Amino acid sequence: MPASAARLPVVLAAADLDALVQALAGRGYRVLGPVARDGAIVIDDVRHAADLPIGLEDVQGPGRYRLERREHDAFFAFTVGPHSWKQTFHVPVERLFQIRRHKEGFSVLPDATPRLHVALLGARACEIHAIEIQDRILIHGEHPDPRYAARRGDVFVVAVNCMRAGNTCFCASMGTGPRAERGFDLALTELIESGAHRFLIEIGSDEGAAVAAELPVRPANPEEIGAAASVSERTAAAMGRRLDTSGLKERLQKNLEHPRWDDVATRCLACGNCTMVCPTCFCVEFEDTTDLSGETAERTKRWESCFTLGFSHVHGGSVRSSIKARYRQWLTHKLAGWHDQFGSSGCVGCGRCITWCPVGIDITEEAAAVGLPEKDG
Amino acid sequence: MTVSSAPDPMLPEPLRIARAKRETHGVFTFELDVSARGGFPFLPGQFNMLYPFGAGESAISISSDPHQPDRLEHTIRAVGAVTRAIERLGRGDVVGVRGPFGSAWPIREAEGRDLVVIAGGIGLAPLRPVVYHALRRREAFGKVALLYGTRTPDDILYRKEIERWRGRLDVEVEVTVDTAGSDWRGNTGVVTKLISRAAFDPGRAFAMICGPEIMMRFCARELERLGVSLDRIWITMERNMRCGTGLCGHCQFGPSFVCKDGPVYRYDRVQDLLLVREV
Repeated sequence: MPASAARLPVVLAAADLDALVQALAGRGYRVLGPVARDGAIVIDDVRHAADLPIGLEDVQGPGRYRLERREHDAFFAFTVGPHSWKQTFHVPVERLFQIRRHKEGFSVLPDATPRLHVALLGARACEIHAIEIQDRILIHGEHPDPRYAARRGDVFVVAVNCMRAGNTCFCASMGTGPRAERGFDLALTELIESGAHRFLIEIGSDEGAAVAAELPVRPANPEEIGAAASVSERTAAAMGRRLDTSGLKERLQKNLEHPRWDDVATRCLACGNCTMVCPTCFCVEFEDTTDLSGETAERTKRWESCFTLGFSHVHGGSVRSSIKARYRQWLTHKLAGWHDQFGSSGCVGCGRCITWCPVGIDITEEAAAVGLPEKDG
Repeated sequence: MTVSSAPDPMLPEPLRIARAKRETHGVFTFELDVSARGGFPFLPGQFNMLYPFGAGESAISISSDPHQPDRLEHTIRAVGAVTRAIERLGRGDVVGVRGPFGSAWPIREAEGRDLVVIAGGIGLAPLRPVVYHALRRREAFGKVALLYGTRTPDDILYRKEIERWRGRLDVEVEVTVDTAGSDWRGNTGVVTKLISRAAFDPGRAFAMICGPEIMMRFCARELERLGVSLDRIWITMERNMRCGTGLCGHCQFGPSFVCKDGPVYRYDRVQDLLLVREV
């Protein structure tokens, strides 16, 4: 079958979405996707299309997140929640090795390389960019992380193009969404019109084409292709928040002593929520422990935040003891130093750090204010 | 996608302590037996992560001769839980090693130039490989000076070696201490004061400095005053280095990772950051 013919968009009736879940499961994938739990949409196993948060929308704002039921039966009417796919590949906690003590000294017993065979159902454009960013750091850098690379080795991505912009979203200004342009096997746009609820499916890979071939689909017509494009256009146009990135890196790096850092430090609690929900923040801590007998030790790696006091600890104390210095570190690393280190911004505009900040600090506002003349009063 | 088959840089390699030597109060040197692995090549300025069983890891610079990769030495000051656990080990014990990591002193670039090595306290340890190199390839350099400051005469590291170097006619060795008893016949005061007295041509000198940040800043200022251009002054930075591979984030210093882009930096590339508090 010629690849080009196999890659034309197709249409799947919404009632048949479960066929996609089953086709992925049938290929041995563990299907992960959005489910509603504890008042939020989180990532978990999806066994049936009915497990998805049907009819739910999230209402987000700085420091605010609520789920509300709507008078529709959309599968993907919400935007991103507190979880990201980071937890799937760059896992929050993992043991790296054990060490056994013996007469000759000690032996290192590495934990088995992890194996994953997962399908991401409902990855948004910003999240696909976030995964690409983490890949650049953890796979394509000078020192690849073999455990991360192993987890990323066998992944099927079903993208979903956002039909709504969340109140804290700003992907359009970051060039990372709302439409998934690459990095997927299949990309879904949910189309809901009176009497017709269906998905336009774009095909991004040979395996995507093979999966689509197992579904009860038909070729998309030009109206449906146009309707899908206008979903993304409407979402982009509805996005109220933006981050002006022109000259931002230089402006931040030249203004390390700007008074705005003192201002934000009076609000920031240094809780680290922003770094935990951020889909690109990659910092980790290592913990070495021994068992009670003292014969076996192990090293565990876990997510760490640059907002903790211990993060920058050297002999004599922490380099960044003030909250001002820690917020400045996070923001300048994310939006400026990241370019020097990894060739792109570390921000994909998903807005999670704004929503999940307990005091509603808005990265777009802070970034815009640093370097500007101080406001009176 | 293919999965990298490179060895995991997070796995420590057990190496036996072949020799242990107390240098001063709280500072000791371990030589590790690297014969079974065919030596341990490294560049002057690089560091290893050392792991005493179960206690955690600490970044320690390599202080031995880079031309003798069969002898791997670290000089360690016992200041925290990990380094104190290392201190309790002795000859025949095993320590975990990961490395070598980090950037190196520009010893090739400095060839054909005068070389000024300035160390404060334990900062002599990462510079000792530079001194070894310069003495081995003495003909490749112009004048060579080692300027070394410690708190008291009892804190002088590598005392016998320094005496030996001082006895050579082709190296200028000056030691100064902050405070000393009446039996001290050497210099007192900060190491910066030794710089203008040392014999080197500022127009062609390379300076390599390791010590507390404030000491390095004042040394660089003094060197600049004498006419050493800032791109020929090199320093080392200390941050919380945990992984050694730029993946854990702890050692960030402005746009760089000290473990990967440092610890050795060209002064003009970091001088602005050194003036900002808590970077």
